[in-house]
Formats: sequence, structure tokens, C-alpha cells
Amino acid sequence: MVEFTLPKNSKIKKGKKHPSKGVGKTNKNFKVYRWNPDDEKNPQLDTFEINLDDCGPMVLDALIKIKNEIDPTLTFRRSCREGVCGSCAMNIDGTNTLACTKSIEEVKGEVSIFPLPHMHVVKDLVTDMKKLYEQYASIKPWLQSNSTNPSKERSQSKQERAKLDGLWECILCACCSTSCPSYWWNPDRYLGPAVLLQAYRWIADSRDEKTGERLDNLEDPFRLYRCHTIMNCTSACPKGLNPAKAIAETKKLMHERR
Amino acid sequence: MEKTRPLSPHLSIYRWQISMILSILHRITGVGLGIGTLMISYWFISIASGPKSYSTAQWFFDSILGKILIFGFTLSLVFHLLNGIRHLFWDIGLGFEISTSKKSGWTVVMLTFIFTLIIWLSAYIIKNTYE
Repeated sequence: MVEFTLPKNSKIKKGKKHPSKGVGKTNKNFKVYRWNPDDEKNPQLDTFEINLDDCGPMVLDALIKIKNEIDPTLTFRRSCREGVCGSCAMNIDGTNTLACTKSIEEVKGEVSIFPLPHMHVVKDLVTDMKKLYEQYASIKPWLQSNSTNPSKERSQSKQERAKLDGLWECILCACCSTSCPSYWWNPDRYLGPAVLLQAYRWIADSRDEKTGERLDNLEDPFRLYRCHTIMNCTSACPKGLNPAKAIAETKKLMHERR
Repeated sequence: MEKTRPLSPHLSIYRWQISMILSILHRITGVGLGIGTLMISYWFISIASGPKSYSTAQWFFDSILGKILIFGFTLSLVFHLLNGIRHLFWDIGLGFEISTSKKSGWTVVMLTFIFTLIIWLSAYIIKNTYE
């Protein structure tokens, strides 16, 4: 249901300030969401002052610098540092994106960093993705066929293959789903843009033979139709994909088969 | 464990963008249309109930509050209509690029004010010619 305010245990308190030690000409403040499961305290917003002359260009570089030099307890996911793995998805400067591909320079003033919105926090910037992965599994994200397996690979025309462009590139970072107010209010029943884009990736695949069943699974007032074309998903996608359009194409197919 | 885990902030920290604002405005103006329809129904009923009730209704709609309500209703009607057309384009799969949706959004905002202004200006011109 729609809940505009945070529960009592989630309200954000003022945090610690970590001023820069050296005198840097280009200091910038990073406000980072902190929550430690090992104490009873509410989440808090810590401020870290970073000398940009001595820091890499991306927000992830700043986070790693904080972890290395100021506070080793700062917790966040990261891996590839080049926008391929989707681990470092978080809310930076008000929108969801990958910390590794978001340049510090792009942000005017202080850089605010929060975990992905409306998710349960495991620690600091790490959120619990379990529900999203369960929803992903529910759309059966693999090729399904009724016919016997061919001796060679399943062939596809160039046009058929082109239909998957803009879909297969999704890295499931969940920037889109956690930017969607519809998903905020109905995370249990609405699948959200990431999972729906993946669902459409298999619906659009000419080699998949369970298109009907896949559409049946989505034919539901909540699973698919909670999308009201708010478009936050498309604005947020760090890979430049268009989940809103994938959802619209799915809705069109629903209509066509009536 | 899950119960003690805090919920990460959402609405309070997310940057408001034109797409998001127009979406919630579509909802709000939808509610506005409901209220406006009640207003019109009241006006019709007042006509059907005779000159006394009609003059009360006219007094109300001529008051500042009445005018604000009618102005809000006009804004709601025009915005909801124009943004509704935008939604129809989305329904057939058009206009999903970020740049296009931004442009169509701002066009709706501009046209809403222009059309509302035209409606009110013409209403005043008609009123003045007959008085």
C-alpha cells in the first residue's frame, strides 16, 4: 500500500562528520546513508569530506577512498567498476544509477548517496534483493520449447535477433524497479520494470515457444498492469534501456491476442 | 531479521522529474474532475429546483471560492485531456524515448495553461457582450 513516510525504525538521523585532513582546493562533501545491523540505532547520514585532487573520477572511487582511508566499516556492493555487473546500483544525487559510471563532476554541490529506494537494508548501502530475484525466477527467464531439441543451434533471422536488442543488455541492477513509485507501493504484487523487461525479452524471442503461457502469467491487474507509465524506470536505467517501452509492448500483445 | 531491517528512503529522497510530476498530476486532476462533476451536478439540480436555489448557486459560483473551484476544474479538465492523449500514444507504443517524453510532457504543460486561458478569456468576452 501507499505509505509516504518511513517506518519508525527507518527514519534517518543526523550522522558523523568526517572533515578532510589535508587542505584540498577541490573538497567535496559526500553524504552517505549508514545503518549497522549490530547496534539498535536508526539509520544515519554521515558526511565525508573528500579531496577530489586525490580521488578517482567516479562516485565509486570516492566510496572506495572512504572505505580505504576514513571508515573501513562502510559497506557497499561493487565488482566490475565498469557498468557491466550491476552490483553498485544505488541512489546518487536523487536518482538511481551505478556508482561506477556516475562521475562526481556531474553532481553539483554535495553528493548524497542512499541505498536503492524502498528496499530493506542489510547494511549501509547494501539492500536485500531476495524478493526481486524471486520475482525474476517467477517469469522463468530461460528458453522454453515444446518441440524436441534440434541437433544444431536454434537459428534466428537477423530481424528476429534485432528484436532482442535493448533487452538482452539488461544487467538486473534494479535501478529501474526501485525508482518506480508503483513498485514502491506494491512490491509484493507488482513485478516492476526490471522483471517485466526480462519477461518481454523472452516473449520477444522467436526461439521461445511458450509465449502464450508467458503472457497468461502476466495477465493480472497487479503483476503487469500496475505500470502507469510514470517513466522513472527509463530515466534511471544506467544502460540506456527502455523498460517502460518493453512493458507497453507486452500490454499491446495482451490486447492483440484478445 | 527482516523485521528489524530498516526500509530505505524513497519518495523523500528521489529527485522529482517532469515524468513523475505529470504522472501524479494526472491522478490529482482525475480526482479534480470528480469534484468538478459534482459541482456541475449541483448547478443542474439548482436550475431544476427553481429560481431561488439557482440564484444561490449563481451567488456561490460568482464568489471568489467558486471562481477558484471552476478555474481548478478547467485546469484539471484541460490537463487530464491533453495528458490523456499522451497516454494514448504510449498505449500504441510511441513516444517512449526520454527526450520525446520530456518534450511531450512540457508541451502538455504549456498547452494546459494556454487552453485554460483561452477558455476563460472567451468566457469573459461572451459574458461582457451579453451584459
